[in-house]
Amino acid sequence: MAQTIAIEAAVERSALFEFLLGMGDNTLVLGHRLSEWCGHSPALEEDIALANTALDLIGQTQLWLGLAGEVEGKGRNADDLAFLRDVREFRNLLLAERPNGDYGRTLMRQFLFDAWHYLALKGLRASSDPRIAAIAEKTSKEVAYHLERSRDLVIRLGDGTAESHARMKKALDELWSYTGEMFVNEAHDAALAAAGLAPEPESLEAEWNTLVAETLCAATLGKPQGGYMHRGGKRGLHTEHLGYVLAEMQFLQRAYPGASW
Amino acid sequence: MSSEWPLWEVFIRGQHGLNHRHVGSLHAPDAEMAINNARDVYVRRNEGVSIWVVRSIDIVASAPSEKGPLFEPSNAKVYRHPTFFDIPDEVGHM
Repeated sequence: MAQTIAIEAAVERSALFEFLLGMGDNTLVLGHRLSEWCGHSPALEEDIALANTALDLIGQTQLWLGLAGEVEGKGRNADDLAFLRDVREFRNLLLAERPNGDYGRTLMRQFLFDAWHYLALKGLRASSDPRIAAIAEKTSKEVAYHLERSRDLVIRLGDGTAESHARMKKALDELWSYTGEMFVNEAHDAALAAAGLAPEPESLEAEWNTLVAETLCAATLGKPQGGYMHRGGKRGLHTEHLGYVLAEMQFLQRAYPGASW
Repeated sequence: MSSEWPLWEVFIRGQHGLNHRHVGSLHAPDAEMAINNARDVYVRRNEGVSIWVVRSIDIVASAPSEKGPLFEPSNAKVYRHPTFFDIPDEVGHM
């Protein structure tokens, strides 16, 4: 009996570790992507706003990966997990690693992600694990602003000039097939939901659809219907783009292990 | 692009009870975006509890060329400073 409980606890711990890596890797990879705009945005005000969002996401990464290391119990901290794992060990959504493209594509990616992120954190605020609930509580205020901003800009650019409308439409068409993965349940998700730790991904889909449809309608873009959906990021099967992100992000720790300032 | 956006002056209230103070300016296409941009540019370090923005062209300023007539006459009127009154000790610090 005791052995069964121990095995169950171990299963749950590895499931929880996977889940926390997913949260932290999403914010880490997307935060890095946004930081690539620093100094290159189309307007000074946008540059600062996007860099703020990037910093928010990297700050959130420290919380999620810090907790992941704690749950794993092998002495790895957030930095170890961020800088010393290879591509196949990353659990972020493929959407987060999509290249920035033009500014419109970056904002569309941000909106599609923010809408999911906002709803995911809303569910996690009721997590049975007080550590998860506390992180969700803290980060959801930042993410509520991210969503307000990206939603507003998607509407403005979608319903803007012929040029901005065409660019936003193209961005939406290119990114849409990377949204389905957000709502795919992985093997460990049922156990987490049963334990009240995290809502199942598929439970967020209806609300996300409503929110996204309403925004895309206001943006005169219209919501694409279904279609083929890429998946694999949450299981470590990434596109070639993540490798380049990690090469740049991890170079220093790989070349000079343990370097610090 | 930003050169096509109008200029806005930004005022931040640092704490409840204090006045809004001018902190700088920024470009934005409209008032809503000006507030958002002000939030991102000027209150990144917990500087404020309230933001005002106003179109720069809506500010009426005194003309620098008139600074003589406007300001110099008050230079020589020290009696307008309330420093010539004896304040009773009971009043304490004013």
